[in-house]
Amino acid sequence: MTTEVGSETEVKEKAEESADQPDQSEKATEETQEVASAEGEEKGKEKEGKGISKFLPTWLKKQKSLSQTSPTKEAALKEEAISVEKQEEEGPAPEVNGLADEVPEKEAVKSEQLKEKEEKPHSKASTDTEPAKEEKVDESVEKSPEETKETTEGQGVEEEKKEQEGEVQGEGEGGGGGEEGQTSIFQSPLRLVRKTKMKLVVCHVTLLDGTDFSCEVEKRAKGQFLFFKVCDHLNLLEKDYFGLTYKDNHEQTSCLDPMKEIKRQIRSNNWQFAFNVKFYPPDPSLLSEDITRYLLCLQLREDVASGRLPCSFVTHALLGSYTLQAEFGDYEPDQPRPVDFMSQLNFAPSQNKEMEEKILELHKSHRGMTPAQADAQFLENAKKLSMYGVDLHHAKDSEGVDIMLGVCANGLLVYKDRLRINRFAWPKILKISYKRNNFYIKIRPGETEQFESTVGFKLQNHRSAKRLWKVCVENHSFFRLNTPEPPTKPRFLTLGSKFRYSGRTQAQTRTASSLIDRPAPRFERTSSKRISRSLDGAPMISITEAGRDSAENGREHRLDDSKVKTVDVSPGDVEDTSAQDHDKTQDEVLKHQASISQLKRSFMEAPPPSPPQTNQWEKRLTSSPATAVRVQQQQVVSEPHAEAAAAAAAAADFTISDTKESAKTAEVEIEETVVIQEVSKATKPALITVTTDSPASAPTDQETREPEVTVQEEVAVPKDAKAAKQESVSSESESEEEAEYHPNVSVSLSHTQIPEEKEEEDKENEDETAEQNMLAPDVSSHQAETSHPAEDISGGVVESQKEDMKKNAENEKEGRETEDSTDDLMMTPEETPNGVALSEEAVAAHVEEEPEPRINGEPRPQVICYSEPPVVKTEMVTISDTFAAQKTEIATKEVPIVHTETKTITYEAAQLDGTGDGEPGVLMTAQTITSESLCTTTTTHITKTLKGGLSETRIEKRIVITGDCDIDHDKALAQAIKEAKEQHPDMSVTRVVVHKETELAEEEED
Amino acid sequence: MAALMAGFGLYTHAIVRRIPASLAKEALRTSEAEVDVDKARGEHDAYVEVLRTRLGLDVVDLPADESFPDCVFVEDAAVVCGDTALITRPGAESRRGETEAMKRALKALNLNVVEMTDENATLDGGDVLFTGREFFVGLSSRTNQRGAEILADAFKDYAVSTVPVLASLHLKSFCSMGGPGLIVIGSSEPAQKALKIMQQMSDHCYDKLTVPDDFAANCIYMNLPDKGHVLLHCTAEQYPESFKVFEKLKDYTLIPVSNMEKVKVDGALTCCSILINKKGSI
Repeated sequence: MTTEVGSETEVKEKAEESADQPDQSEKATEETQEVASAEGEEKGKEKEGKGISKFLPTWLKKQKSLSQTSPTKEAALKEEAISVEKQEEEGPAPEVNGLADEVPEKEAVKSEQLKEKEEKPHSKASTDTEPAKEEKVDESVEKSPEETKETTEGQGVEEEKKEQEGEVQGEGEGGGGGEEGQTSIFQSPLRLVRKTKMKLVVCHVTLLDGTDFSCEVEKRAKGQFLFFKVCDHLNLLEKDYFGLTYKDNHEQTSCLDPMKEIKRQIRSNNWQFAFNVKFYPPDPSLLSEDITRYLLCLQLREDVASGRLPCSFVTHALLGSYTLQAEFGDYEPDQPRPVDFMSQLNFAPSQNKEMEEKILELHKSHRGMTPAQADAQFLENAKKLSMYGVDLHHAKDSEGVDIMLGVCANGLLVYKDRLRINRFAWPKILKISYKRNNFYIKIRPGETEQFESTVGFKLQNHRSAKRLWKVCVENHSFFRLNTPEPPTKPRFLTLGSKFRYSGRTQAQTRTASSLIDRPAPRFERTSSKRISRSLDGAPMISITEAGRDSAENGREHRLDDSKVKTVDVSPGDVEDTSAQDHDKTQDEVLKHQASISQLKRSFMEAPPPSPPQTNQWEKRLTSSPATAVRVQQQQVVSEPHAEAAAAAAAAADFTISDTKESAKTAEVEIEETVVIQEVSKATKPALITVTTDSPASAPTDQETREPEVTVQEEVAVPKDAKAAKQESVSSESESEEEAEYHPNVSVSLSHTQIPEEKEEEDKENEDETAEQNMLAPDVSSHQAETSHPAEDISGGVVESQKEDMKKNAENEKEGRETEDSTDDLMMTPEETPNGVALSEEAVAAHVEEEPEPRINGEPRPQVICYSEPPVVKTEMVTISDTFAAQKTEIATKEVPIVHTETKTITYEAAQLDGTGDGEPGVLMTAQTITSESLCTTTTTHITKTLKGGLSETRIEKRIVITGDCDIDHDKALAQAIKEAKEQHPDMSVTRVVVHKETELAEEEED
Repeated sequence: MAALMAGFGLYTHAIVRRIPASLAKEALRTSEAEVDVDKARGEHDAYVEVLRTRLGLDVVDLPADESFPDCVFVEDAAVVCGDTALITRPGAESRRGETEAMKRALKALNLNVVEMTDENATLDGGDVLFTGREFFVGLSSRTNQRGAEILADAFKDYAVSTVPVLASLHLKSFCSMGGPGLIVIGSSEPAQKALKIMQQMSDHCYDKLTVPDDFAANCIYMNLPDKGHVLLHCTAEQYPESFKVFEKLKDYTLIPVSNMEKVKVDGALTCCSILINKKGSI
């Protein structure tokens, strides 16, 4: 059960918080305490509250923190300990035990402590881990809302109230625990959605038969929601071959990413979509249902008639004749059609009388053929066409010659004019990547060659490069993999960047469709529709239905939720925050999930791969350590969004406190980036953590490394608990305009990994890149990002730690080491000193155990890859130089998106050391963490450099805010800086860049 | 019949052309060999006889034209696939006129004739290997990219991939189809390399039959009603080692055809006929 993970992670988190980094723990505790105290939670509630605290949205904590602030810190620490205990009591107990076991003997002290604390829980908690966990999850979910209520009440925000109502119900149910609680969870998000000012949008989807289907969709709905609506309407079960497309601002047809919000993709208020075949099955006869074949036929008819699928005269005629047979039945000489009958039907781009006659002639020979048979024959012939299923993209080769790149089931085809001049089968391709407008594939060395080679192509622009890359990733995943992300190998879920194929693979869909057990559905063929039907007929679907669905699906949701939470928990301090974040996001996610899951269910009860995928994805989103980081950041910047978050009500609520006033404006989307670079110089290279102070580790290289390892371990541990963490790590991908995908890496690991830049960030990406580059002088940031997922996590931790630090300066130093030992759940800050030592040891032990998976998995190949892109450096140099203005300008230019005003503000500390690219130091680690929520994307780039005996840690945060409303930028900026300072008291803010874009028309994401 | 790409190797008609006397002296060649026109004619007669009587094809026998010493190699003048015939623009300028007679003959057969009019395009039919599922076009001294493009336009149903041909006159100087999905390939390094390229470029898997002699790899495969798999290949006298390889083919009707003289002017077995299937046509 997913739930288990969640609980475990929670526990770990607690442990981490307390033990690993006193700072963090302190913080967390503080926060929780603060919350509790601020809102005056009774002790009775305390349990819940404390347990819940993890899940509480960051903003809540923040608010609390704001109100109560530092004075309470010490007290808070104590309280924390208590709270932790309580939490443990509630659910996690069994898990705790597991953790304790995991803990190395060296840590015996810690473990003992833990055990002591655990004992209580044990006694209470039943051995059945699952139920307990579930309860926990439920409680947490529900509780979080409760807390929100409290907070909201205090603030008296209307929206919040609404949410609260929903939550209240949830609470009641939560008290019931168990199943009821589950339902409540699901319902609550829905309710939230409804009650909050949910904006409904009417989507128009052009179906393959040319008719229009319109339905209402919540404005924040994800692509999947709409897609499933359409599939439902079509009565289509084998839906994995299909997808939705839309026209972006550049009149380019783009695929609607099912996992992303529709609104953010279309970026224009044109809710017009088309339902299309996305993957052309190489052998349509293997499709299970005639209706699927029929839809494929419709697509191919269009492809043929438009010339997209070129074919000869004879083939045109043959295909046309099958179309006639399918649509009109046998040729009837007695009832001659009107003269212009044939010419009204569109069979070919260059249709003429001769062809029509040929078609009729052939039609006669199909007498007796049923429509389904005619469709099958049509497909049998169409599939043999050389361009069948080939998705063409304009490009130039290295010499600037115009070529076409064709992506298909078998690989990548290179065409010059109509000639195929090269072909790269999927097995031959080691890596697919893009950077800017370049698209690269790394080729496996052939029998005679010794080295892999990289072939580069130039696309028209960044967007097209990305689009191509995506299509490649999708096609490879769909046609070559058995499972996109095996549940056992979470890494696959590299969602950090938004993209990787999220659906089922062909293998899976075949398996699934083989289980379809329903009478062949009846469906109308085009002809009849054409004649009789008007477009208006399309049914309207209201959100309410969706809500129901989701509610029904409660179970699945639950699972997802629990998973998500679990993931979050692990990172320690961050966890708390992250958990809270989760709550926000979860709500949203939940509803979507609900709909999705429901749909899936309807399709098949247990599609093994799919649900996990979703879950993982969600995990990624919410749970990843990055998330935690971002949460904090979100707090800072996101506030402005507040109202944007209508869907994400929770976020909105918390935001309210600070910025709300400014918030409510209309539909202008604003993307805002705040980059905060912090540089701290520490004598100690050791811990990756920002904390300079920490005396813990010695400066030796080995030592330094060890700490890193430790970090990884931490990550790993959570992973062990549930691979989820790894996923999260992997998911955090670069912020740059590039992405990589390793199709071959034969084992699942390799497949999984699909780093991608964040789409939303496109605009600012360049800026980021530059800055990032600066931060990470040596190694390409990418490497760090992908290869050292653990580090990323650590980074997140670090940040959280920092926060803690600010509050509790003293203990923190030791604390960070404590992080490593996730096990020390119970560790109180005070205990930490001991814990530190232990933790180090523990760390070492962990290192041995855990690091392996990483190495085996993705990191290796990636590392190789990294070495190659020299581009990064160059770019870095160019852009990175402190001239923020320049950077932004460049960025703006390059990013085609900008439709509106762009404003860039750069604040720079004069002190900037030679931290720039040129720095001679040894790069110890570099990592980028990217996290996303509804309206914010946060990228954190942490670089550690070892110079002489000094270790320098730079943290760069980039926060992109996208919102429907006006944002008080100045306020947000001030907040962000303030936050940053608070978070990392020992570090100095060297630069702040605010890049503000108000989009009149939204850019398309590519 | 209603399926594309069905019946690979099924032919009903063949177009051949007589050998002009000018072949001996004026025909293009890559070597300095002396050609005995009479012997060559004898071989060619035997070849046509196999097509006509042994295999039962309708043979269209075009008269020789002394102004075109290479006119016997009709393959280069046109590419026929299905109902469509592409009249080529041979790479050798001296051969351009050969296409006139060919065009008339193809039109007479009621084929959909497409002409290659682009003056930048050159294409010899000997560079075109049709596998049943796709085309490979050798880019050689006689065939250029543009020619291949036009071929691709003429046969839109099929993938057309280009293969560099460096060491020999034509692509089919070292390979041909020996059956559905079976490529007969010479063992020389250039031949093997070309095969690799073809395999890489194709979505389909091909078996290969490697013969020691490149030129022996040029054979004619047919799949005829009542006769099954038919393979016209080299004689033991000419390429004994390669002959042994062919002999091992099971379930084939093996017909050794002598080609001692025409080979001197780079004429291979496939060069001397254009095979057409009129039955299966839609």
